[in-house]
Amino acid sequence: MISIRNISKTYGETEALHDITLEINRNELFGLIGPDGAGKTSLMRILMTLLLPDSGSASLDGCDVVKEFRKIRKMVGYMPGRFSLYQDLTVEENLHFFATVFGTTVEENYELVKDIYSHIEPFGTRRAGKLSGGMKQKLALSCALIHKPKILVLDEPTTGVDAVSRKEFWEMLKNLQKKEITILVSTPYMDEANLCDRVALMQKGTLLDVDSPGRIIQKFGKRVLAARSENMFRLINDLRTFPKAASVYAFGQFAHFTSPDDDVEVNELENFLLKNGHQAVEVEEIEPGIEDVFMGLMQNSLQQSVAAGNTNNKPSKKQT
Amino acid sequence: MNQLISFIKKEFYHIFRDVRTMLILFGIPVTQLLIFGTVIKNEIYDIRIAIYDQAKDETTRRITNKLLSSGYFILEENLNGISDIEDIFRKGKIREVVVFENGFGEKLVKEGKAHLQLIADASDPNTARLAVGYTKGIINDFIRKENPEMKIPHEIKTEVRMFYNEDLKSAYLFVPGTMALILMLISAMMTSISITREKELGTMEVLLVSPLRPTQIIVGKVAPYLLLSIINALVIILIGRFVFGVPITGSFALLMAETVLFILMALCLGILISTVAKNQMVAMFISMIALMLPTILLSGFIFPVENMPKILQWLSHIMPARWFIEIIRGIMLKGVGLAFVWKQTLILIGMTVLFIAVSVRKFKIRLE
Repeated sequence: MISIRNISKTYGETEALHDITLEINRNELFGLIGPDGAGKTSLMRILMTLLLPDSGSASLDGCDVVKEFRKIRKMVGYMPGRFSLYQDLTVEENLHFFATVFGTTVEENYELVKDIYSHIEPFGTRRAGKLSGGMKQKLALSCALIHKPKILVLDEPTTGVDAVSRKEFWEMLKNLQKKEITILVSTPYMDEANLCDRVALMQKGTLLDVDSPGRIIQKFGKRVLAARSENMFRLINDLRTFPKAASVYAFGQFAHFTSPDDDVEVNELENFLLKNGHQAVEVEEIEPGIEDVFMGLMQNSLQQSVAAGNTNNKPSKKQT
Repeated sequence: MNQLISFIKKEFYHIFRDVRTMLILFGIPVTQLLIFGTVIKNEIYDIRIAIYDQAKDETTRRITNKLLSSGYFILEENLNGISDIEDIFRKGKIREVVVFENGFGEKLVKEGKAHLQLIADASDPNTARLAVGYTKGIINDFIRKENPEMKIPHEIKTEVRMFYNEDLKSAYLFVPGTMALILMLISAMMTSISITREKELGTMEVLLVSPLRPTQIIVGKVAPYLLLSIINALVIILIGRFVFGVPITGSFALLMAETVLFILMALCLGILISTVAKNQMVAMFISMIALMLPTILLSGFIFPVENMPKILQWLSHIMPARWFIEIIRGIMLKGVGLAFVWKQTLILIGMTVLFIAVSVRKFKIRLE
């Protein structure tokens, strides 16, 4: 449904996207996962015909994003990262405006948005600017859906939204998927990756991996130890000094620990921490999550780029 | 078509729901007109004068009465000596002193010649010149009426008439000028701000990813402001007519047609600004600095174009307001028809076409 071939994009000196190739299937709920600055928004804007790629090409349902941008603009629903509805218009006015702009009416496609819009319908005469974060997102989603798009593109729809609304929002996306809409969604929240059919892990303009969340975790194949103690800050620092530490990251109240050869046992780590004067130490082995995979992949790609940097330096050293 | 109507409706919601926009649209024009109307004055009223009458006879009394009954002058003080003059000017209240020489009336009858001195406070040269001019006029008028048979040898009698503005009312000057200024400012500033606001709030991103064409967006933005600016123009003409007494001697329809043309030109200029400006602040800055000051200074609104240095005269040619002011002065005051302002009209049409062409070309269908 969406195919992206070797897309690169730079802004001045910084490279936002580096040679991205990606295929998104019809009727898939696809997630772009990555931290801020990974290039998620740039990629989406290229697909939404808002930006031109420097090189490479992309097509949506067979329409080229550069040459056939008018066709694409008719068939996609787009929700930008920032709340982009008219704050001084009421909920109803916003919905009607976007319906007519897309040459349709609210009545015609009401069925499609009913589940979502019914949450905010009681506030129909309220100005959009006065809605809560979760309601704003529901309204924005309704407006992006009102013309029955084939492809729905959502840029960080759950950023700044409370946990309950986030959960609701993802349920809505699941329902939309059943109505044969291909959905591309980006998020900085790793836990949301599990709700997608497939995800692409992005980092600094490159794809680290593209697969279903389950398979990505499976491929990871490392043992993860979760540790906690009284002092999180010292815990992380001390764990990093542990001779056999590969990666140590904080996840909520726990620090996740991996070793290069998976040969560190729970009590080995526990003893190390007790020896370092930690109190209320708790260590257990856990199932790796998508976050662990992401951190692992990120570290690999960093090491690779450092290694690549070194090889680049070699010839110049010889010359001097 | 439905899309366009819906877009225009949305624009009206934006306008009517924003207090600031409403203030700029309807508050500024009226206050500006009233302020300009009371501040820019080339005529004088109630100038305070002092009289040093050394003759104190029938003639000087009658001349004094004539001066004071004209409505231009108020007698503040009668002076008793030459030395008082300096003091009284220092106090700052008195603008002019009239000095009659000793035996003024007698000399006038006997010798046919008498002396009268006018001393004015020229720290404000305009007022001084005007006061002296008015005083001279009144005194000459008096002498002529008193002695209809008096023949001054080889006198060239100049009969002055101020055509199109017999009373030299400054309202005739500033109403057309203010109209140009306000329409320019409101139209250009409001459209440029409303387009850049969409960019700033991110709604432009959504509009772009919609089947709306650039022309639809531009027309949708322009139409509401065109309508409101026409209402503004009518209000200004009405205030000019009924508050300041500026007549409309020419065709009202032609006047409105030219006004609509000027508004369109300004709206297109506003769109052009919005294609360059990244945010509302920049749009506002460009509109204010780049449009308002030149419009006030270089359009002939306050300072006559003919008196400017050559280079500024050339520069004034690219000021749309200059041509519009010529047009409406012609229609309102002189009552001329299109035959006399076709050149200026063509220039305005040309500017409009140029601005719209450049804006449509520069209007970005993408984010960069």
